[in-house]
Amino acid sequence: MHDKQVRRRRAVLGVLVGASLILLTAYFGESPSSPLHQIQRGIVEVLSPVQEGASKVLSPVRDVAGWFSDTFRARSQVKALRRNVQKLTFELAQFQTDALVNRQLRHEVGLDGSSGISAYDPLAANVYQRDPQLWYATVSVDKGYDDGVRAGDPVIADRGLVGKVTTADPTVSVVTLITDHSNAVTSTVLGGRGETGVLVPAVGNPSQLLLQYLDPHAQITVGQLVVTAGWKSKPLDSLYPPGIPIGTVSNADQTQLVNNQQVQVNPIVDLRRFTSVQILTRPGGATQRAGLGGVTPTAQVGGG
Amino acid sequence: MIRDALSRRDGREPAGSESTRLILRLLTLGFVSVIVQESAVSQISIFGVSADLTPLVVMSVGLLAGSLAGATMGFAVGLFVDLALVQTLGVTSLLYLTIGYWSGRLHELRDPSHGLVPLAGGALATALAGIGMALVQFLLGVDSPVSFLLLQQIFVGVLVNALIALPVYAVVQRLIQPVLPADPRRRRRRAYTTGGLSPLSRPSERLGAIPRSAR
Repeated sequence: MHDKQVRRRRAVLGVLVGASLILLTAYFGESPSSPLHQIQRGIVEVLSPVQEGASKVLSPVRDVAGWFSDTFRARSQVKALRRNVQKLTFELAQFQTDALVNRQLRHEVGLDGSSGISAYDPLAANVYQRDPQLWYATVSVDKGYDDGVRAGDPVIADRGLVGKVTTADPTVSVVTLITDHSNAVTSTVLGGRGETGVLVPAVGNPSQLLLQYLDPHAQITVGQLVVTAGWKSKPLDSLYPPGIPIGTVSNADQTQLVNNQQVQVNPIVDLRRFTSVQILTRPGGATQRAGLGGVTPTAQVGGG
Repeated sequence: MIRDALSRRDGREPAGSESTRLILRLLTLGFVSVIVQESAVSQISIFGVSADLTPLVVMSVGLLAGSLAGATMGFAVGLFVDLALVQTLGVTSLLYLTIGYWSGRLHELRDPSHGLVPLAGGALATALAGIGMALVQFLLGVDSPVSFLLLQQIFVGVLVNALIALPVYAVVQRLIQPVLPADPRRRRRRAYTTGGLSPLSRPSERLGAIPRSAR
């Protein structure tokens, strides 16, 4: 009797471990349009109403917990934010003047605005599900393919970049955040010579990003704003339009810059707290984007 | 049939009915815990990390129902997490079935009765999930640099989960204890402690109090 139980236990354990390994191997080696991925997307679609409902029902619990942490955080930020307001008010006046000149010059030279953020239609969406893990930084939002969302669309929140759409189902989409280990964004440091690099996450530290592949002799200082670089080459353009704020330089150690060609960047948006986003959809979505190949609704996309 | 009839005679539900009810409760528990986790708990940050109910639920089921139920529950909850979060299928299943099986074996081999066992179990289960996920991700290939703060995040996550392990265990116990099949070892222990069936307690009861002179 005891032997039978032991054999049964071992058999079940073996079957479950085998099933996990088969799933892992099959999923890892498959393309995004494979059956396993399709089943997964189907389940996400089916579960989305349940999760949205649960999210609404449980929102008071979240709000109460958020109220306490927000209060403590806000108190610690007051001084620094007041200083920033003074500095930014001065800079705003300068930038508005520059923007006026820039608009006139662009008009004279004949540059179009098709690669800029103005070429997109922002679509508001609510976050109804969030991933707590360190390794997969994704959120699910309540707008999908039927609303004009396509895989690769940039996503912003609180006027800063948060990520891109990686899966677009008919009514819901999955957004992979810029802190996910699979993400990379070509970015520019505003001010100075406009140094450009690739912004990648520091896995394990969700409040920090690394701007890599910089010029070792770049003149970068703490507090400089980092925005998406954006580029366009005939039919191809990058995933992210230029000029979306991402973060500010938090550590620009010269030794690290010379040895590793990188500086540390703090994201503008608190990526653990936002509850609504804007998806930058393109009217028609006809322009081919780098990394997408064909514009399919569920394509997995790389860096931009 | 006979077992069902005997169960009815003893005033208990038939064994088949109990198993069905247990499976239904475990399914409901797994589904609700993942939904609550993703919809609310994951969005509440404590010391920079979020608590994770799912490994605690799997650990609790293992501790209460044994290795077979624990491993199966771990596999199912892990698969559901991977499906709902559009993650690589099989990774969380593998980790959670290890947690469920391990906590179930602890129950079967030692049957620890100390009140703080779920707390230690919860901490170990969370550590196993965190470190295991990191190892699997390294094996699958990581595209970005990895910060040493990852270890700190795992450590703080373990502490936060340890804090909520006892209430989670209590809720799981309340839900599934009534439909668990009777465990002979536990029944025997309960009988000894209440003085009901222990053969050692009966003679002294019959003899009454020992006279002071005989001590």
